[in-house]
Amino acid sequence: MSQDTIVLDDDGAVDPNLPPDPSRRFWVGTACAAGGVAGVATAVPFVSTFAPSEKARAAGAPVEVDIGTMAPGEMRTVEWRGKPVWILRRTPEQIEGLKQTDSLVADPNSDRAGFTPAYAKNEYRSRKPEYFVCVGICTHLGCSPTAHFEAQAGLPTGGFLCPCHGSTFDLAGRVFRNKPAPDNLEVPPYQYLSDTRIIVGVDEDNKA
Amino acid sequence: MAGEKTVETTGLLGWVDRRFPLTATWKAHLSEYYAPKNFNFWYFFGSLALLVLVLQIVTGIFLVMHYKPDAERAFQSVEYIMREVPWGWLIRYMHSTGASMFFVVVYLHMLRGLFYGSYRKPRELVWIFGVAIFLCLMGEAFFGYLLPWGQMSYWGAQVIVNLFSAIPFIGPELSLWIRGDYVVSDATLNRFFSFHVIAIPLVLIGLVAAHIVALHEVGSNNPDGIEIKEKKDRHGRPLDGIPFHPFYSVHDIMGVAGFLIVFAAIVFFAPEMGGYFLEYNNFIPADPLKTPPHIAPVWYFTPFYSMLRATTDEFTWVLAGAALLAAIALFVKGNLKGLWRIAVPAALVLVAVLLRTIDAKFWGVVAMGGAVVILFFLPWLDHSPVKSIRYRPGWHKWLYGIFIVNFLILGYLGTQAPNDIFNLMSQIGTVIYLAFFLLMPVWSRLGTFKPVPDRVTFHAH
Repeated sequence: MSQDTIVLDDDGAVDPNLPPDPSRRFWVGTACAAGGVAGVATAVPFVSTFAPSEKARAAGAPVEVDIGTMAPGEMRTVEWRGKPVWILRRTPEQIEGLKQTDSLVADPNSDRAGFTPAYAKNEYRSRKPEYFVCVGICTHLGCSPTAHFEAQAGLPTGGFLCPCHGSTFDLAGRVFRNKPAPDNLEVPPYQYLSDTRIIVGVDEDNKA
Repeated sequence: MAGEKTVETTGLLGWVDRRFPLTATWKAHLSEYYAPKNFNFWYFFGSLALLVLVLQIVTGIFLVMHYKPDAERAFQSVEYIMREVPWGWLIRYMHSTGASMFFVVVYLHMLRGLFYGSYRKPRELVWIFGVAIFLCLMGEAFFGYLLPWGQMSYWGAQVIVNLFSAIPFIGPELSLWIRGDYVVSDATLNRFFSFHVIAIPLVLIGLVAAHIVALHEVGSNNPDGIEIKEKKDRHGRPLDGIPFHPFYSVHDIMGVAGFLIVFAAIVFFAPEMGGYFLEYNNFIPADPLKTPPHIAPVWYFTPFYSMLRATTDEFTWVLAGAALLAAIALFVKGNLKGLWRIAVPAALVLVAVLLRTIDAKFWGVVAMGGAVVILFFLPWLDHSPVKSIRYRPGWHKWLYGIFIVNFLILGYLGTQAPNDIFNLMSQIGTVIYLAFFLLMPVWSRLGTFKPVPDRVTFHAH
């Protein structure tokens, strides 16, 4: 059938000879746009339900820890915001060992932002060299590393080994070079309430 | 006013056919769907995948009747199903074994496609729907694995959700949004449950329907990789085709019987499969404060997991070097036209720069995701003049052999604790995997191809 023969096989069909109706086009476009906006607006509450609930947000209360009873070399784990927070009382040898690992770790001075508060931006990554406080969650994909206080392959002066992807950290939570983890272990906000008590989750910049 | 339409069938069936295309659908997809008569062993796995899908849905429906998606009670409720619900252990082992067997069957089904060029024109959409099904299955398996709320469930979910945090700028917020909490928690469990039992299965069923409709539109490929529709008898039926029903329905029932023997043997005698189907650490309730000393995903994810682990800071030098080489090769020898000749090499140079500026962690995620996504492009990567491996040069078969062995080695390495030698091996394996696909446009057209027959190769039994 040639293109120019117009066949009207149905009396109800629209005559193709009619000129296009610009106002109809306009209203079709407007209806689609308005419907689209409404559709997107409706998606907003659905997407928002995925965000942490008020209950989850409120659960981040600070934690007080008595460190007076800790022996040198002892490590304690407390829960803060659902995450393990480690408190390690380092022995003098362990503190000395950090000088050895200085040249082996990726970011010895914790220059990368976001994981070290200003008061912990030192070789020990702590307020007092003796007590090391950090979040025991690997900065790679969130597993909890295991502590190895004995020197071993890859950890010349002891440290932490992540079981998931093999990242290693020294006893100041500094990641060794060429490991999957990009950052040193996070030091949470914390401060000393007295010589034997600390509070995790609060510091000069983070109020409870 | 139009009356009822005229149909050949009579009686009740006729009444239905005048209102719904029942007989027409039966004919189009079964009794008059002509499939090549030379299907071999590899062609069992499509119908077996459908069988396992049904098995997973049915066992899943019954498990949901007893399972509690609650961080406090999930682990207990699974133990309750195992110990106190009558025959609950059987339903649960069928479901957990079904998950692993789904991947066995699907990997073999995909390998068949790779061997016989079943993704080539005009079957690109069949393949793309298939890869989408594979992605959904991975999602389904991942979401489902959190539900027992064991140590592996918990830490596996923690690692995979944190993959998203590697995306620059939006990553940390995105992973928080996925978890719905600062750590994997009750909120995460509930939403994963919802995805596992309703969202993904709905998408999966839709994709399976699209996969089959697309297949029946273009017709099945066969081990010779030739089109049976090119040689037809005077009724318009392919000379080398036989109706799916009863020929292949009966044939596939035999496959089902064989499969069920293996399946039942696993369910009854080795449901944990030595820790590969159900990992031992998952018999310990989730503990957010302690990662088990050795964690690894279930076996079907391990090849991709190896590629994730392989991407260290050093390795990004290798990838950046490869991107630069590719840029030079494409600029000098590539047959790209006009602006593309500059744009594609320039994009590769940019990738090389980014490889060294963005964290290796992000590129690990890209390597892992890319290893799956690259499959979507297979129809356009393969430039071989023949479809089937039967008529390819002998050394192509060796390449396929290396690819398969490499995939298995990557899978093995992913189950093992990381060490220096294994890391190096997974890095080499990652390069082999990516090179197999990315260099396919080059190697697939090289060599001496054998002549392709006019009619399918078939020997009556």
